[in-house]
Amino acid sequence: MANPKVHNHQYDVVIVGAGGAGMRAAIEAGPHASTAVISKLFPTRSHTGAAQGGMAAALANVEEDNWEWHTFDTVKGGDYLVDQDAAEILAKESVQAVIDLENMGLPFNRTPDGKIDQRRFGGHTRDHGKAPVRRSCYAADRTGHMILQTLYQNCVKLGIEFYNEFYVLDLIMNKVDGVERPAAVVAYDLATGDIHVFQGKSIVFATGGFGKIFKTTSNAHTLTGDGVGIIWRKGLPLEDMEFYQFHPTGLAGLGILLSEAARGEGGILRNASGERFMERYAPTIKDLAPRDMVARAMANEVREGRGAGPNKDYVLLDLTHLPPEVIDAKLPDITEFARTYLGVEPYTEPVPVFPTAHYAMGGIPTNVQAEVLRDNDTVVPGLYAAGECACVSVHGANRLGTNSLLDINVFGKRAGNAAVAYAKTADFVEVPKSAIDEVLRLLQHVRDSKGTEKVAVLRKELQDTMDLNAQVYRTEDSLNEALDKIAELRKRYEHISIQDQGQRFNTDLLEAVELGFLFDLAEVLAFTARERRESRGGHFREDFETRDDEKFMVHSMAYKDGDKIKLGWKPVTITNYPPMERKY
Amino acid sequence: MSAVAEVPVVEIAEIPSFKVTLMVRRYNPEVDPEPKWQDFDLTMYGTDRVLDALHKIKWEIDGSLSFRRSCAHGVCGSDAMRINGRNRLACKTLLKDLDLSQPIYVEPIKGLEVEKDLIVDMNPFYQAYRDVKPFLIASDSPERERIQSAADRERFEDTTKCILCAACTTSCPVFWTDGQYFGPAAIVNAHRFIFDSRDEGAEVRLDILNDKEGVWRCRTTFNCTEACPRGIQVTKAIAEVKNAVLRGRA
Repeated sequence: MANPKVHNHQYDVVIVGAGGAGMRAAIEAGPHASTAVISKLFPTRSHTGAAQGGMAAALANVEEDNWEWHTFDTVKGGDYLVDQDAAEILAKESVQAVIDLENMGLPFNRTPDGKIDQRRFGGHTRDHGKAPVRRSCYAADRTGHMILQTLYQNCVKLGIEFYNEFYVLDLIMNKVDGVERPAAVVAYDLATGDIHVFQGKSIVFATGGFGKIFKTTSNAHTLTGDGVGIIWRKGLPLEDMEFYQFHPTGLAGLGILLSEAARGEGGILRNASGERFMERYAPTIKDLAPRDMVARAMANEVREGRGAGPNKDYVLLDLTHLPPEVIDAKLPDITEFARTYLGVEPYTEPVPVFPTAHYAMGGIPTNVQAEVLRDNDTVVPGLYAAGECACVSVHGANRLGTNSLLDINVFGKRAGNAAVAYAKTADFVEVPKSAIDEVLRLLQHVRDSKGTEKVAVLRKELQDTMDLNAQVYRTEDSLNEALDKIAELRKRYEHISIQDQGQRFNTDLLEAVELGFLFDLAEVLAFTARERRESRGGHFREDFETRDDEKFMVHSMAYKDGDKIKLGWKPVTITNYPPMERKY
Repeated sequence: MSAVAEVPVVEIAEIPSFKVTLMVRRYNPEVDPEPKWQDFDLTMYGTDRVLDALHKIKWEIDGSLSFRRSCAHGVCGSDAMRINGRNRLACKTLLKDLDLSQPIYVEPIKGLEVEKDLIVDMNPFYQAYRDVKPFLIASDSPERERIQSAADRERFEDTTKCILCAACTTSCPVFWTDGQYFGPAAIVNAHRFIFDSRDEGAEVRLDILNDKEGVWRCRTTFNCTEACPRGIQVTKAIAEVKNAVLRGRA
């Protein structure tokens, strides 16, 4: 196989990923520095567009609210693993973040007096948990779609340069005066099979999540965690990887997301006998408890035999008491999902739902300037991360609904600004001659491998074991089983073969490369989940059912150490809110 | 009534499976002199979609089959294709809703150059979109949100739903002729701003669409409206833009 063509580019700021965080960063960077955005998809295909319910901000447009209440809810919702200085920034800057979007053109739903309308969402409360508060700014049930479109529209306006359907597969680091800095990223052009090296003074990772390690997931096929995996392979740490959110209301059997907005607008979860079971688990805010609690409650109803359906393996989301005009105006898309995919009419029938893998709380550790950390506090100069791939940490052990669309806007903007400021003062880092070797090796390995194993089979076995062993309920045994299975799959991965040997749009090749990243991230998740012998937020251990602040009020920091994983811990930043029991 | 004692009903979950033949239009310019049809016999289940069938082919039979997809539930707009002669999203088309006694024909959307199998060159489509200035043009710089009445907001609700999948534009016979026409999707995205009370750029966009390749090439065949997977009243939106060109935005 001949070596592919290699192209070289130079930009002050190189942004990897064109979802909400990447494009929000580009909007800050573009006007002040030469900027390139590299994305494996055309920008509006990014998964930000699938977000539904809204974006939290204490605008107080419809009832009393303030950023301090929002900070508290975020900290409590995250089961006190949130870095409180970061949560404060998130909540304080939320108002401007929403105003920015409106000013850019985002068509929010409006109140009768023409302001941005707001609605309830899980875990967002008035005055430290007294009652649900209307804090979510929304555009029907397609807020993420509107954010993604608005950000892309503004990138078009600013003439931002995009490289679409370019898969970034490696980050090149190099030492300058003894300090390791990012020099470039290496990308594979899907259309041609050519290799592109993007040298950047600042490099921003905004590559999204990795839900495809699970079988049942709300995530897109493309969410294979390449960005997080690249950082991992560089020997940089990943933080809090054991904390993965399972969204309560995925369409049963399919995992397609039905927004929490359904419950925010009054939807009720019921078991087979019609009981509103959340009254037993969270007497005060019931169906609007944080996602981890609702997901566990649902799984528990099913485990104890109170599930609905022929296999008793799901519960029901009941919207039948809502007026059809409210459903049409506020929840049009998700009710259509129920009609299209399950043939259920939400006006008159309850919708079968079950938890679906949704969001990674953990990821690439950063400080509040979105600078990537190489240990508990040392910055990698010039390297930034924002959005789901990053861990600031504003979500702690469990993210509140509507805080992710907020996160990408607040920290995407911060990453863009910080990247420009750095690029103004820094020189390019030399790209070593060997820069593309690793990517060539990766591709060549897959192309040349002539074994009998199939990528799709290995991926399915990985997803099955993760659903079975590392989902809502976990134990030492189940996690060991997952780790053993991953080790076995990695061995078999050495013997894969692919059928497509061409250069054009070779997605066969890319799926094989993506699977390598999925293995890495699944392994880190299962490993850190095994080592955290307590239950907190989205991480629930049946063999350690309670939160253990004495031992585990710390972030996990996992490092790649050859073929092994080295684990460290990092203190949580606490400012105003000492840990309390989390009750709703 | 029979005298036989009532037998307790044991509910057995049955996942109905069915056989289906997919005829897929294949073309790899690297090796094929011209496009050809290839048939695949598959066993599929319950709520499987056309996308699931394509994945089954790619993952189990022929890894070289190429198509775009991402979200798999009709919101990202990656997988518009021609299914039994109609433009649809593969991830939103349930197999059981098609006539399974006949083969299902799957081919790339028309009017854009085929790059490989079901993948077409979308760049001309995106260029037409960018050409209508699809962004808010406003001279004010408010400190808070702009005030917009719920009615003014509702005025352009329908056209905010567009996911740029190109199902409408590539269903349009006028677009097929020479690919010069802006096409329904670009006009839909112009509409979204022309009728936004906060926007000041309507005149510019209406000028652009008054061009010979603009709205007047529309022959109101309604193909676009039928093709839109988001249910946008595309032909109506085009008519409203035509009206606005003549009489100003109402």
